[in-house]
This record gives sequence, structure tokens and C-alpha cells, in this order.
Amino acid sequence: MGEIIKVGMADLKVCVSPDAVTTLGLGSCVGIAIRDPVTKIGGLAHIMLPDSTQIRNNSNIPKFADTGIAELVRQMVAKGAKQSRMVAKIAGGAQMFSFQNKSEMVRVGERNVEATKKKLAQLKIPILAQDTGDSYGRTVIFYPETGDFIIKAVGKVQKTI
Amino acid sequence: MAELNLETVSQEYYDILRELGNIGAGNATTALAQMLQCKVDMSVPQVKLLEFGDVATLMGGEEQIMAGIYLGVEGDITGSIMFLLEKKSARHLVGKLMGMEAEGDDFSEMEISALQEVGNIITGSYLNSLSMMTNLKICPTIPSLAIDMAGAILSVPAIEFGILGDHILLIQTQFFDEVQLDGYFILIPDLESYGKILSSLGISVD
Repeated sequence: MGEIIKVGMADLKVCVSPDAVTTLGLGSCVGIAIRDPVTKIGGLAHIMLPDSTQIRNNSNIPKFADTGIAELVRQMVAKGAKQSRMVAKIAGGAQMFSFQNKSEMVRVGERNVEATKKKLAQLKIPILAQDTGDSYGRTVIFYPETGDFIIKAVGKVQKTI
Repeated sequence: MAELNLETVSQEYYDILRELGNIGAGNATTALAQMLQCKVDMSVPQVKLLEFGDVATLMGGEEQIMAGIYLGVEGDITGSIMFLLEKKSARHLVGKLMGMEAEGDDFSEMEISALQEVGNIITGSYLNSLSMMTNLKICPTIPSLAIDMAGAILSVPAIEFGILGDHILLIQTQFFDEVQLDGYFILIPDLESYGKILSSLGISVD
């Protein structure tokens, strides 16, 4: 068994099988797992906000869907992965609180998912599976060996997508 | 108005926040004692500016189950406030309020509604003292409750702070009745509201 590398909030990590990557307690943030099935190089990004161009203080690259995904792909390519072979799985983007007003902020989970899909489409990386939305937190583990993306949530049965 | 950067706030500003936190939490403690009809003590609150990851670590890790009560703030200042309580503490509080120890691992509908009320009273009294001190009109909106992993709950204020920078401003308070209850306040005023709070206290933001 390899090591399981932890990815924090607004963070990203690249690993090679048999190692795996994990991020704990995804809420409205989105976890993006990308894998090159041939080299078995994988990576996981934990983004918080959809769009770096909307925010002045945007130097933290892994914080945003657009810059975070681009950086993850760049680091994987630097390790020897090929972008044309890459496939993705995504999770998170929940709405943790039911709030009536402040619509923009409440929908941030949804907007994170939309921005993630847009960026992946732009990079021509297909999304094989997703577990997004709803109103609960998720812990995810990604194994680049098999592409298994394990999702755990409080009071729910663990699932693999 | 000069732009306020959370990363470079002055010591004076911290002191004020600590004092606001202290008074706010003091009022919240009184409200809690009245509600539970017993003596409740509190420790001096700690005000911390933490990186996203460190906030969850402080609460016992991203997967620690917490009860989070989140509500919006309207009036002269706008933003939101969150009160977090460890699940065990939440359980204890609710049990005390309803006069029985709860069974099982999940919260019943009745317990959730009691917890929501606890959060309502605590955050309400907190905002009240903030309003009195600053002379600003501060109205809370209806609170919303989530019981989930700390990381997931914290993603909500983290994202709001994330628009400004990479840190969260946290006020940590410990309450004691028979057992120690760890509570955390996260006050998230919108950017312009920071300036309003400060200038209402007679501090220039430049």
C-alpha cells in the first residue's frame, strides 16, 4: 500500500500510484481528481471559489477553479502525465446552509461546480463521474492506480464513483 | 474609505475585536445561563487570525462533527455570523435545555429545533452587544443549522473570507457549566462593514 497524501483547503497535490490523495470535509468547495490512466499519475485539487478573474486578491492559485485546475494539470504534465489522456472525477459543491437571501454567496457551491466543469471542458478533460450538490460535507480519497474516487459523508454509506 | 486588508490589521484593531468578542461572548453566556437556569462561566475569548486549514485543526480536525449555526446580518452593517459548537457540547446543551439526555447518535427534529434556538439566542445576544457598542443597527436574519464535518461547515465562512484573503478571523470562547463547552464565533462583516464598525468606535481605518 502506498501513502495517502493530504490536500488542504485551497490546495492541490500530485501523486503517482500506489500513493493516493485525499481531502477531508469538502463543503461548498469542490474536489477535482484527475488521472492519467497510462502513467497512473493522479492529482487532487480542493478549490474554494469559481473565478480568479472576479477577485482582486487572487494570488493563491489553488483557491480558484480556473487557476487551480490549470495548475494541477501543469504539475501532472511536469511529472510525465499526458493531458490528452487525462480523465476527471469531481465531488463537493454542497449548499451547507439553507439561506433565503444573499443568493450569490449561497449558490457558491453550485457555481464552483459549474466553473469546474467549464474549465475541464476547456482543457478537454472528460468528467467520468461526479457526486456534487446536496447539503452535506464529503471526505474524498482518490486512487490513481484504479481511478477509484471514494466518498464518505456523515451518516451515509461510503461510495465509490 | 481606505481599503482594509485583513492581513495587515493593526494591533489596536485586534484589541478592539477581542474586546467586542469578550463583551459579545459575555452577553451570550448570560443568555445561556438564563436559558439553562444554571450558572455558566466563560473564559476570556481568544481572537485569532488563522489560515483556513488551521481553523479546522483547532476544532479537532476537518472530520470532527460540529453543529454550526449560520445567519445573515442586515442593517447598518451587512455580512454573516457563525457559531460553532462541538457535537458533544451541542448534545449536552440540548439535553440540558430539554431536561433529558438524548439517546442515539442523531439529533431528533425537536433537538435540532432546540439547538437552532440556542444558536439564535447566543448569536442574537452577541450581535446585540456589538450593536450597543457601535451604535449601529444590526439585525440578524433567520438562522440556519448544519451538523456535519468541521471542514464542510467551515467552508462557508472560509469562502466568504476567501474573497478577501487567505485567513479567517475566529473568536474562540469556552463556556463552562458542569462540563466545558467549546464554542467558536466567526464574524464575517462585508468589506465595507469593517470600516463602519471601526469608525463608529472612533478609529480611523487609514
